[in-house]
Amino acid sequence: MKHAPEPPRSSGGRDTTPSGISLKVTYPAEDPRDLPGEFPFTRGIHANMYRGKLWTFRQYAGFGNVEETNRRFRYLLEQGQTGLSVAFDLPTQIGYDSDDSLAGGEVGKVGVPISTLEDMDALLEGIPLEDVSISMTINSTAAMLVAFLVGVARKRGIPPQKLRGTVQNDMLKEFISRRTYRFPVAPSLRLVTDIFEYCQQELPRWNPISVSGYHMREAGSTATQEVAFTLANAIAYLEAARERGMPLESLTRRISFFWNAHNHLLEEIAKFRAARRLWAQIVRERFGVVDPECGRMRFHVQTAGSTLTSQEPENNAVRVTIQALAAVLGGTQSLHTNGIDEALGLPSQASARTALRTQQILAYESGVADVADPLGGAPAVEALTTAVEDEVRKILERIDALGGTLRAVEEGLPQQAIEEEAYRQQKEIESGERNVVGVNCFRDESSGSTEAAAQGVDVALEPKRIETLRKRKAARSKARIASLCARLRADAGENKNVLPALVECGEGGVTIGEMATTLAQVYGEYHE
Amino acid sequence: MSDQGSQRDPPIRVLLAKPGLDGHDRGIKVIVRALRDAGMEVIYTGLRVTPATIALAAVQEDVDAVGISNLSGAHRTLLPEVARQLEQAGVDLGRVALFGGGTIPPEDHPELLAAGFRAVFGPGTPTTEIVRFLEKEVRS
Repeated sequence: MKHAPEPPRSSGGRDTTPSGISLKVTYPAEDPRDLPGEFPFTRGIHANMYRGKLWTFRQYAGFGNVEETNRRFRYLLEQGQTGLSVAFDLPTQIGYDSDDSLAGGEVGKVGVPISTLEDMDALLEGIPLEDVSISMTINSTAAMLVAFLVGVARKRGIPPQKLRGTVQNDMLKEFISRRTYRFPVAPSLRLVTDIFEYCQQELPRWNPISVSGYHMREAGSTATQEVAFTLANAIAYLEAARERGMPLESLTRRISFFWNAHNHLLEEIAKFRAARRLWAQIVRERFGVVDPECGRMRFHVQTAGSTLTSQEPENNAVRVTIQALAAVLGGTQSLHTNGIDEALGLPSQASARTALRTQQILAYESGVADVADPLGGAPAVEALTTAVEDEVRKILERIDALGGTLRAVEEGLPQQAIEEEAYRQQKEIESGERNVVGVNCFRDESSGSTEAAAQGVDVALEPKRIETLRKRKAARSKARIASLCARLRADAGENKNVLPALVECGEGGVTIGEMATTLAQVYGEYHE
Repeated sequence: MSDQGSQRDPPIRVLLAKPGLDGHDRGIKVIVRALRDAGMEVIYTGLRVTPATIALAAVQEDVDAVGISNLSGAHRTLLPEVARQLEQAGVDLGRVALFGGGTIPPEDHPELLAAGFRAVFGPGTPTTEIVRFLEKEVRS
């Protein structure tokens, strides 16, 4: 085992400044009733915020194969990371096994390939599932990955009730911007709700969704569109759960969100504050859930990959710092900071370390974690918070007028708005209206091409992986696989919750590709 | 002379495509609009098309240029395969300008150029640079 760095001897939140001036946990805003931890949570979801508990340092990682990814996970945990975040490759995300011809070239590229329960077990080798929370960025095949995880926990004798973590499971934003869809909109929403229901019964400590604005922002949306389209999706999910007859009191406690953090520090801070205020009101007003506990918006933030430049990549460390600062001043519960080389590919180990250190410096050196919502009450921040809120409400009204989120997504309203915005931003960069330091201004013409060494994935891994998987598949009983798939098909056809059948499939050796193909026979496939 | 020539020239026809499973389409959609604004005719295939389908579309649409976008790290497999399929479909890469773009590290450029790509554009490339490239490659 590598030597682990010494953990800090003092916690992040302190009650005095380096000059010895005492710091309160929070300071009053204009309205003294407006406090962190109080409805509508504009100022944060906890009264003492980071003095009580720092945000989770959660770096998204996964590439190559299960062994290499497992090594990166263990490295990050040794370096003081406090939660895992799994990146899956595109075939896994869309429901193709690594040996499928449509997976050619994509195996292990943007994440780790997981086709079977055995893969999942190897990925989490040596990771204490009862202690480390695991976040999985998976959507179309979220139900299969949850099934694999439950299977691994059972195999290790860990009751699934003890598992902590999050599954992204936000299909609507896949149609809007992230685009790893497989099944049509209606069955996709069914699967989302199946996961809600299953988690409520079997994985009570698990967050069954992370409603995500991140990818819409990456695709070009503004900050207000990011919040509006994401809240519209969240409303659609709660409506679907209500239709299923689920009690919203428990579901709303477990819903989490995922935001982007861009360079405009003040607007971003205002965005996080406005998002919390809006959600608390939506839960109360639209859904009649009055327990304030249920309207606390918990969220994860990732810094903005799309703001990083391949030119002068070291400047990206500064962008990441500003964005991470916005997330912390905005009261995030969990954070991923990007590596400086991410405009070109996967972060190298060195830049992944600097990215994690950025969070640690904010937490342990900057002092911003000492006071809850330190900018609350600042006239500019309060005015911007209200302005973001108003803007978001206008967009939500337009979506309501159109007949709701599903209709808006089917008609392409968010997609179109985001596309327009992306083109506008590109034109502004090219005309110089929007500054990108080192790219369209303050550019060093003499400097050569980039020094950043993003990590490539060894091309020999894919054929090796395919061979192993083929052998493993060939060793199974065909009849057994067929009967497991038949049960899954029957459950899907009868509109039963498919999770129990998926867990049984995973434990019986059925692959993710076989599960997805079986479901596609019932659900159909989505094509743009 | 060149001014008069370009007035008589029919618009440049470009096929833009995303092979593989990659869904990052912000960049390619921006390029679609920028090329249209520059007066070109653009056909965009949408997501998840196979290299063979791209080649077929290039032949059917009789395009002057084919642009391939990839941001999933699969460029070393998919881009050369597109070049192979185009040639197999009878597309003369001396006449049709094949180009690529996306998060493709500079060290991978030489092998793509050797496979038949005339240029590979990285993140942050101004759209005007791609317009100039196409005008030069197709008109000369």
